[in-house]
Amino acid sequence: MKTKTQFAFFDEGSKKEIRRAILKAVCIPGYQVPFASREMPIARGWGTGGLQITLSIIGKSDVLKVIDQGADESVNAVSIKKLVHSTTGVELVERTQDATIIQSRHRIPEVPLTKEQILVLQVPEPEPLRKVEAREFMTKILHSENDYSGAWLMLFEQIMKYGRTATGADHPVYVNNRYVMAPSPIPRFDNPKMHQSEALILLGAGREKKIYAIPPFTDVESLAFDDYPFTVESFEGKHCHLCGATDVFLDELADNQTGESLFQCNDTSYCMDRLNAVEKVEVEGSYV
Amino acid sequence: MYEEPILRVRNLEKQFGDGCKHCMQGAIRNLEKNYCPACGTVYACQDISFDLFPGEILGIVGESGSGKSTMMQCLYFDADVTSGEVYINGEPDLKDQNIFELSRQQKRYIRNHQYGMVYQNPVHGLKMNFSSVGNIAEKLIEAGNRNVSEMEATSKVLLESVHIPLFRMKEEPRNFSGGMQQRVQIAKALSNNPPILFLDEVTTGLDLSVQASVLDLIKRLQRELGISMIVVSHDLAVIRMLADRTIVMLNGSIIEEGLTDQILEDPQHAYTQQLVYSLL
Repeated sequence: MKTKTQFAFFDEGSKKEIRRAILKAVCIPGYQVPFASREMPIARGWGTGGLQITLSIIGKSDVLKVIDQGADESVNAVSIKKLVHSTTGVELVERTQDATIIQSRHRIPEVPLTKEQILVLQVPEPEPLRKVEAREFMTKILHSENDYSGAWLMLFEQIMKYGRTATGADHPVYVNNRYVMAPSPIPRFDNPKMHQSEALILLGAGREKKIYAIPPFTDVESLAFDDYPFTVESFEGKHCHLCGATDVFLDELADNQTGESLFQCNDTSYCMDRLNAVEKVEVEGSYV
Repeated sequence: MYEEPILRVRNLEKQFGDGCKHCMQGAIRNLEKNYCPACGTVYACQDISFDLFPGEILGIVGESGSGKSTMMQCLYFDADVTSGEVYINGEPDLKDQNIFELSRQQKRYIRNHQYGMVYQNPVHGLKMNFSSVGNIAEKLIEAGNRNVSEMEATSKVLLESVHIPLFRMKEEPRNFSGGMQQRVQIAKALSNNPPILFLDEVTTGLDLSVQASVLDLIKRLQRELGISMIVVSHDLAVIRMLADRTIVMLNGSIIEEGLTDQILEDPQHAYTQQLVYSLL
């Protein structure tokens, strides 16, 4: 017997359960809502949390963009896009501005998001206190009592050891002045983009079975001590070697022949957009 | 004018188990030592009442299993009490309030601002894989401090006062000797200038010279900072040296209390007599 495939892979019961968890997460900004993480056709830890959110919120008129650390063409992003496309038939795009749902692993796009868009982030470890407290029932108590000394202590240790906070990614944030939240391993560069974001941000951890959210226009503040203010990665004096962009998150590439470092936009669609714009001007100019 | 106690403990009870009709009948519990032979319920602390006055060191002695540590854990909110009352004098808002009935947040506030605790085993009081200075800062962070240089400076002063060389302050306590760990723990307990300090068998397991320096430190803290302390020990020599007044516990109850000299020179209860004479 062959049953008809379901729209967006999930049966309606699963979608309902996940949507309920999402609604609760939106109501309590930064709070980790447990949900029954489904078995997915990709391995846990490869974006199942984000994928489950995407599949349960997507509709026929949606336009999807999936990025993996800024790149639209990486294997993981492509596989997820293929799966969603083959079960829903929605349009896939690379330009951030054209998408209504953006599923992302570890980056927030450079182009500011709008209130028509939803950003879905994949999360490996949703618990910001896990490194200081291994037991889940204890971290739940700590959250409920607003006791975040563990998160502060981790930053204090980094300052003692390295002279500054050394979170490469996943720098903890206060959401709506209440819950401390792991923003998923986005670089510190992207933390300020969460503050008062116009777009709804949903975060899903499939392996850890948690969904949490930042509703639009919510205060998101990165943890920082009075005398060690929060700073983002600095790319001062550097620019993208392709499109010349400054003020964006850059990847460092080493040239094997010369040994020199090259810098390139991490957000590939942003870079491509800028290059195309230049090309367009050039072509238009030569036609006159 | 009489001096007012800083901590009043009244009828503190702690039992492990539900009890049965043999051991629940009023004042007569028909216990064997501290447990009920019928249902096995352990009555670890029974009807414990005492006062702690500002600036005094109160010693608590008793054999192992007499309920000393359980009582300390109850006072520090590490364990829930079965029943009983504790009143603290210092926070005007909490005057005449049984602090066992407060919310967890309020209890944590008391822990962070009024209490310091030094456990017998440093593993319980310290995070062994965080630096010593981080361990001390933890208590300051819990109390709401968000200034790194200020916390670092406070930690340095404290570590110096407990004779930990400053070049090792960024090392984890797991690399330290037992005596050093114990001193880091004391420094941590003192970081918020708590008016009340609990010391649970602090010198047990330390060698004699380290014991002496830790005891010296405690005595100095009492003299210079006027901290009130409850010192639990089964070592009468420690009690003799530190405590102004002493309580003797047996099978979960207080059987004798008085000035330390009085208790050690002229013990009244048969058990205390046995305890004191076995020392000599």
